[in-house]
Amino acid sequence: MKVKEILTEKEGGKLFLLGNEAAVRGALEGGVSVVSTYPGTPSSEIGDAFYKIAREAGVYFEFSSNEKVALEVSTAAAAAGLRSFVFMKHVGLNVAADSFMSTVYTGVRGGMIVLSADDPSMYSSQNEQDNRIMARLAGIPLLEPSNPQEVKDLMKFGFELSEQFKIPVLMRTTTRISHMRGVVNLGSIIKGKEKGYFKKNPEQYVVMPTYSVKMRKKLMEKLDKIKEIANDSPLNKIIDKGGKTLGIVTSGSAYNYVMDVVSENNLKVKILKLTFSHPFPEKLVLDFINSVDNILVAEEVEPVMEKEVLAIIGKYNIKKKVYGKLDGTLPRIYEYNPDIISIGMTKIVDEELIKREKFSTKLPLPLRPPVLCPGCPHRATSFALKKAIKKLKLKEEDIIYSSDIGCYALAIQAPYKMADYCISMGSSIGIGCGFAKATNQKVISFIGDSTFFHAGVSPLINAVHNKDNILVVILDNRITGMTGGQTNPGVPVDGMGNPAPEVSIEKIVRGVGAGLVKTIDPVDLKKTEEIFKEALQFEGVAVVITKHPCAIITDAENRKKGISIKYTINQEECSRCLICVKNFTCPAIYIEKDGSVNINPLLCDGCGVCAQVCPKKAIEVKK
Amino acid sequence: MSKESDRGEKMKNIYEIQLIGVGGQGTVKASTIVGEAAMKKGLNVVMSEVHGMAQRGGAVVTELKIGEAHSPLIEEGAADLLISFEPTEALRSLNKVGRDSFVIVNSSPIVPFTVSLGISEYPELSSVFEELKAKINNLLVIDAQKIAKEAGNIISENMVLLGAAIATPEFPVDKDLVIQSMKENLPPKSIKTNLKAFESGFVKVKKGGKSIGI
Repeated sequence: MKVKEILTEKEGGKLFLLGNEAAVRGALEGGVSVVSTYPGTPSSEIGDAFYKIAREAGVYFEFSSNEKVALEVSTAAAAAGLRSFVFMKHVGLNVAADSFMSTVYTGVRGGMIVLSADDPSMYSSQNEQDNRIMARLAGIPLLEPSNPQEVKDLMKFGFELSEQFKIPVLMRTTTRISHMRGVVNLGSIIKGKEKGYFKKNPEQYVVMPTYSVKMRKKLMEKLDKIKEIANDSPLNKIIDKGGKTLGIVTSGSAYNYVMDVVSENNLKVKILKLTFSHPFPEKLVLDFINSVDNILVAEEVEPVMEKEVLAIIGKYNIKKKVYGKLDGTLPRIYEYNPDIISIGMTKIVDEELIKREKFSTKLPLPLRPPVLCPGCPHRATSFALKKAIKKLKLKEEDIIYSSDIGCYALAIQAPYKMADYCISMGSSIGIGCGFAKATNQKVISFIGDSTFFHAGVSPLINAVHNKDNILVVILDNRITGMTGGQTNPGVPVDGMGNPAPEVSIEKIVRGVGAGLVKTIDPVDLKKTEEIFKEALQFEGVAVVITKHPCAIITDAENRKKGISIKYTINQEECSRCLICVKNFTCPAIYIEKDGSVNINPLLCDGCGVCAQVCPKKAIEVKK
Repeated sequence: MSKESDRGEKMKNIYEIQLIGVGGQGTVKASTIVGEAAMKKGLNVVMSEVHGMAQRGGAVVTELKIGEAHSPLIEEGAADLLISFEPTEALRSLNKVGRDSFVIVNSSPIVPFTVSLGISEYPELSSVFEELKAKINNLLVIDAQKIAKEAGNIISENMVLLGAAIATPEFPVDKDLVIQSMKENLPPKSIKTNLKAFESGFVKVKKGGKSIGI
């Protein structure tokens, strides 16, 4: 399938879609007008698809500078009467939280959907937060799809619900839904309105205390009404497998695992699938509890619904056992799978569940951690900095490497080991400020171009104003790399694929008043090392911008142009000093069984930085 | 598809495939081709794929369930077919297969940088295959790299393995639908090479039966 087909495939057709792609089709079928995001896995492919089709679809799409801005863009569009869609990874909602909370208070006019892609098991995230709790904190209706078809269908439903109650709607997916592919039956695409009109109404849109006290009350009234809808909604359904001993309350991915285990083992249970799960449909769940002997709650990450079920049991003074996370029937941490559900069920059902022979190996298996790609400019930056540190005889243990969310954090691996602290987007500089005040150690903060625009500017202002002694390295690879290569304000293209003003990082840094500012192409190792030496000795805020396109960009450009440069090692010149292997460590360079060092031509991207590293000049272009 | 085997006493109406490889080998592409072909046949199909940090250099796992499945994740020991794009990765997926599963393994190793750095170990290839042979009745070891090279491009390794998979008994999707799906998912300029690679993998298994490889 080609991404374009998400737009061009007709009503009645079907596509094998990723959950994220299904969200795009759902938004189009729901007549969306404005779409905004800041890239974050597991939600990234939604943006990748809009980037490719927005212009043709007549939808406005942008990669905003961060999630809070993205939310505000969609919020304003909805206030102007347009349907809007903003999506982000779960921790992105933390960045957006301030405006998110208030948007639920003010409400909307056009339908607005906020999609949070949670990441149980933290495949590409720093934490495992469950944003169903965010729904409760904000007081926003919550939809939990279990597969791509539901993702698509819920988009349309969400817009309608949002408009009916003039409230944004939160959709919570998880990695296994976002990155699950399934057969999706398509509906018709509705063209959204091109422009809206904002009708002034400060009592609704200005959260001054006098108004927000009224908004708070109104929100509670809305939620009571929406709860009635959730109670009767066909989205919440009972699957009766012909028994009443055990009733299972479940949602999202957990529902899929429950269904597969129940079907395979032919278990006589009753299942309540909650898709419209907040406001929690109390009456529906109460009736369900009353119809079974005991209850199991199967949900991914926190015991959110389990506590709701327990509250109902307490409120109505019911004497029934509730199994779930709180009593240890199911684990509290990490993503579920059919095996975990099966093990949990074994503890509470009488039937014998299918058990299979389980193989394992005692052989050592090679570690394959994610690495900086061959040709990655961050490797050159890291290598040159490491060399400068060595030349200045600075002690490694006294240096604090404050890293950030981006590919350069992969320099945490040996041999670089250049990540000592990393907590959130943009944190490297703020954390650097703190260490600069709290210690006499040398502080080096790493941040990427996109991350700098996202949340790096204000801590840099802080560093300058508070006279901190830090070196900030801005690794500008001309792309938002780690999420797969999206545009950002530093490149001359916007989210629609149209030409756009390129925001200069150097001008921002100079404008803020950093003491030393240098921009360098890190692929020139010698010059880069010299600049780092100067910057490391500078007292105050020194900023070095290492600017070179991501290898994903250069590889694609070279492929297009038919350029294929590969490097090779001249075995007669090679002294096997192993600097290229042990100190530089490009995945393309490896040691052969006979001890010789070689370059894998399939992996080599021809950047040539290794040739500068070799003291014997043994690395040369392959003829 | 429906069978009673020693892997489970009860009827199983779902065909489950795990694919494992290293980032860049085309694992996700091969899986998508199978999934779309299954959809064309009118079957239900769900698939789980990997995106994000692991894409380059890391182990990439995809799981496919064809039939009336809800979740795309395969229970331990339940895979009908494992396609491993790299020898040691087959061992990493050993928990998903049973004695009677079909296991197709590419014999070309990819040694990660951690081995050169001395922080991890790559086992002897012969011991990897011995271990697999001892546990799996239907083991097919294929030099997909060599076959792909002969077909015209080493990049087509994934299609060699896909061709081999289609040739295994019980594979639930027809060859012509897979070929149609390949044409829709691969760049037009490389389709000839890819089809050649696919056909070579197919023939290799059809001719060799259960005994190819070791």
